[in-house]
Amino acid sequence: MIEIENISKWYADFRVLSECTTHVDKGEVVVVCGPSGSGKSTLIKCVNGLEPVQEGRVIVDGDEVTAKNANLTALRSRIGMVFQHFELYPHMSVLENLCLAQEKVLKRDRAEAVTRAESLLTRVGMADHAVKYPSQLSGGQQQRIAIARSLAMDPIAMLFDEPTSALDPEMIKEVLDVMVELAREGMTMMVVTHEMGFARKVADRVIFMDEGKIIEDRATGEFFDNPESDRAKDFLSKILNH
Amino acid sequence: MGDFDFNVIWSSLPFLWQGLQLSLWLTFLAIIGGIVLGTLLALARLSGILPLSLVAATYVNLIRSVPLILVIFWFYFLVPLALGRPVGSFYSALIAFVLFEAAYYSEIMRAGIQSVRTGQVQAGQSTGLNYWQIQRYVVLPQAFRNMIPILVTQGIILFQDTSLVFVVSLRDFMTASSIVARTEGRLVEMYLFAALVYFAICFSGSLLVRNLKSRMAT
Repeated sequence: MIEIENISKWYADFRVLSECTTHVDKGEVVVVCGPSGSGKSTLIKCVNGLEPVQEGRVIVDGDEVTAKNANLTALRSRIGMVFQHFELYPHMSVLENLCLAQEKVLKRDRAEAVTRAESLLTRVGMADHAVKYPSQLSGGQQQRIAIARSLAMDPIAMLFDEPTSALDPEMIKEVLDVMVELAREGMTMMVVTHEMGFARKVADRVIFMDEGKIIEDRATGEFFDNPESDRAKDFLSKILNH
Repeated sequence: MGDFDFNVIWSSLPFLWQGLQLSLWLTFLAIIGGIVLGTLLALARLSGILPLSLVAATYVNLIRSVPLILVIFWFYFLVPLALGRPVGSFYSALIAFVLFEAAYYSEIMRAGIQSVRTGQVQAGQSTGLNYWQIQRYVVLPQAFRNMIPILVTQGIILFQDTSLVFVVSLRDFMTASSIVARTEGRLVEMYLFAALVYFAICFSGSLLVRNLKSRMAT
């Protein structure tokens, strides 16, 4: 479903991604972890072309994202993305947040968009909040709505960029619960996160990155029980035993 | 004080009111036109398309380097030449004000657009919205809202600037006050009254700005 082939990226002289290659199969859940500044977020933003790359190719469902003439808006409408800071539109109600792209991109009529939005709000447990504005909601609620907003586009895959990093601890679970359910339903997911409990529970594979390189890319059980590299061991010992 | 006669104000109120209406109408239209054109200039400047942003930047810098009164003169004489027929003082002044104020409004809108987080744009992009849809539905409404106090402040300045239209013989509030002052020989009374009216309108505007700011801060 998602093929990342040997991509490299620089910001001026600073190399943020270095010859990264990996893939995500249909229905697979892949967690990307690593220390901050390791290039994890940049890597998943390359998947929907939010970050251009200088070398290598990214192919999603047969279409090359990195092609010069790629139709990025069409491609992006098929890949959902959830951000660290939710990025709900603050000037729109929850319902409008969910309807905007449905109407403008998918050309759904109002009634259809609203029906879809309402069913997704019910699914993430936010049905009672449709007329509220983002500022009236907690971080966990906002993030669940952001997930619903992405799902409203009926994406073929979902990207999560540290979806729980900006949340108070007591709200992390409500967001992870939605993500776990999504994974169980067979959604193809690429998740940048430090939530190792989540990784252990639902990830098929774990990618460990450091300094812009993919250091490990292995089945979840193998990664946690027997990490190969010292850097991954070090990272896990810090993150699991604090 | 015995020499002052404030009755002159009362008796010339209809005449003064006509002048004030012109000032307010010109201000209103120039604000709308200036914001629309200014927003387009700001978008052009931030478009990342080099020729477009260069043209917009040159325009803004050029206009901001000349006095308003000169721009008013330009258009008073240039517009009839360009169109081949006179358009009247009001429309030439309006065009001058719109084109002049657009340069200032574009700088305000540019700051407003830049105040919207990149994440908002990325959220729009990630759902497949195109550039114009993102500007229209996501960025500009937020930019506009963030900048409302400054836009209103600029409107107050614009209202004061409309007093310059006397140079193209438009009878705005200031001009009307001057006419009454001179014909009735009541300079002190009339100019005091004119100052009071300007103060009342502009001060209400400032209060509105303060109110908006405190409401936005919460």
